[in-house]
Amino acid sequence: MKIHEYQAREIFKKYGLPVPNDVLCHSVEEVEKAMAKKDDMVVVKAQVLVGGRGKAGGVKLAKTKQEAVDAARQILGMDIKGFTVEKVLLADAVDIEKEFYVGLINDRNTKSVTLMASAEGGVEIEEVAKNTPELIHKFPIDPLTGLLDFQARAIGMKLFGDVKLARKAAGIMQKLYTLFVETDATIAEVNPLVLTPDQKIWAIDGKMNFDDNALYRQPEIEAMREADEDELKEIDAHEKGLSYVKLDGNIGCMVNGAGLAMATMDMIKLYGGEPANFLDIGGSSNPQKVVDAMNILTSDKNVKAVMINIFGGITRCDDVARGLIEALDTIGSKMPIVVRLSGTNAEEGLALLKEKGLPTVQTMSEAAKKAIELSRIQES
Amino acid sequence: MSILVNKDTKLLVQGITGRDGQFHAGRMKAYGTNIVAGTSPGKGGQVVDGIPVFDTVAEAVQATGANTSIIFVPAPFAADAILEASYAGIELVVAISEGVPIQDMIRVTSVIERNGTKLIGPNCPGLITPDEALIGILPGMIFKKGNIGLMSRSGTLTYEVVNMLTKSDMGQSTVVGIGGDPVAGLYYIDLLEMYENDPETEAVVLIGEIGGDAEEQAAEYIAKHMTKPVVSFIAGQTAPPGKRMGHAGAIISSGSGTAEEKIKAFAKANVPVAKEPSEIPGLLKEKLAKVNA
Repeated sequence: MKIHEYQAREIFKKYGLPVPNDVLCHSVEEVEKAMAKKDDMVVVKAQVLVGGRGKAGGVKLAKTKQEAVDAARQILGMDIKGFTVEKVLLADAVDIEKEFYVGLINDRNTKSVTLMASAEGGVEIEEVAKNTPELIHKFPIDPLTGLLDFQARAIGMKLFGDVKLARKAAGIMQKLYTLFVETDATIAEVNPLVLTPDQKIWAIDGKMNFDDNALYRQPEIEAMREADEDELKEIDAHEKGLSYVKLDGNIGCMVNGAGLAMATMDMIKLYGGEPANFLDIGGSSNPQKVVDAMNILTSDKNVKAVMINIFGGITRCDDVARGLIEALDTIGSKMPIVVRLSGTNAEEGLALLKEKGLPTVQTMSEAAKKAIELSRIQES
Repeated sequence: MSILVNKDTKLLVQGITGRDGQFHAGRMKAYGTNIVAGTSPGKGGQVVDGIPVFDTVAEAVQATGANTSIIFVPAPFAADAILEASYAGIELVVAISEGVPIQDMIRVTSVIERNGTKLIGPNCPGLITPDEALIGILPGMIFKKGNIGLMSRSGTLTYEVVNMLTKSDMGQSTVVGIGGDPVAGLYYIDLLEMYENDPETEAVVLIGEIGGDAEEQAAEYIAKHMTKPVVSFIAGQTAPPGKRMGHAGAIISSGSGTAEEKIKAFAKANVPVAKEPSEIPGLLKEKLAKVNA
């Protein structure tokens, strides 16, 4: 789950990270009101759930009240990579002497939370990671001890080369680690971490993502969720025991199992079609799941044909077929469908579907070809 | 031989009185797996399907000599269950539970490594040595005893491939579903080493998917250490970046973890990558013919 910068800053502040004051505004009027009480320079920052805001013109420095209002007028409503800006953050500006990067991620290889820190912070950190990875210090943190003082201080020295600043930075990194673990984050990034000419350190931008599997124990984090239309569909599917991701093609897929669902999408592409989605209905022949899944697929206007691909393991194919028939009778949709069943009792299952007049096939390749053919008939 | 599990495995089922635990205990037993005990706190003394139930793993191990455990408890309790097994001296823990938080797994893997416990999963279908031991939720009837080792991050895609192998008369030594989570127990490299040392395994199928770089690391390991042929398939070639494809681990982030990079890594290691699952038996036959020529 992703959150906005302003939400990440709230969490940072709660854990005692040094974050400049800010005000969230939803309209130009709110910006005018907020600026009436301010004398300082501010940065007007678009709040969207996508990176690259600065380059898209969504972040502007304003030296006066009028500049702030003008910037907000430009930024609100702006489109950044398909996201419309509905909120801006007015953050107190600080003087920058140097920019640093500090981030935490869950690293699969070391099976640990890993700290990444660099003296080359700022917008180009991904370029730094790609071209000069040696400038990013990586440190896996032992989950049983956490980030120890001497470890954090040593990393601080690498960045700042001065023990006073290193100690300050160490405290920031340790707080970041604590909040990362306590909120079940998957990313917590401060970029940039800024050193001012008067030797103060500020976290002036933040990014956080969270582990979906841990949201059950993070009610405060879950309450921060702001989903767009596609994501709402995905969340709705999740609540029904389905795993759904919308894509841009026209062939709907309904599959049991995530790996097989991905392989099914790949197969459609391999034979010249475009998958409309990823959809894993999990294991079981429960007709309600098929009904829910079909409703999701048919609500996508791009979908011209549906490929159902089921491998019957413990759930026998004849049970799956009965579930499918019951579900399709319930929906009564005219959507062209091809069903592929394989595995336990496949013959019996296919016979049942044939009786119903549904196009059935035994292999994935055949199913993909047939689904593409059906979608082309619909398009023409 | 085989890897990890065989007819000498003495299995303990953690969460045996739950719906899934009870159902799958019955299936595993019917397959011929030697299930010696189950646990369920507060239900010690009961018997499920002829299997004695204990309150704790330690009691079960002491009474029955169980050396392997399988976990069916709900995700919020999975970490504790794995640790309980580890501290009771269980050698191999198989965690079926889906949806375990990553932070839990980071803590757990760190502790069990110190205890010397092996872990498969979580969020995995388990493993099977055909005709000897089925430890998991895999459909036993599609497997056949033989000489192909297979490991995979997914469930039904594994069955799909196994079904094709069996139909092509290519039996399996041990099939392992390592699970779809980003932080998990044994991974490709650990298993590759075991397959390489297993006299019964002649060739290995590696089924990968997008996300992480475990496939790339496996490719490097294969190039350096494997004498046995390896064939691969990668799921998720059409997946867009930033979207999680069902598995918590199947997500492409900022250009890394793509199918393209994985396929490139395998090509470099001389590992053929099937364009679709149905090509796998043919690729294996080609590879094996070269070895035996």
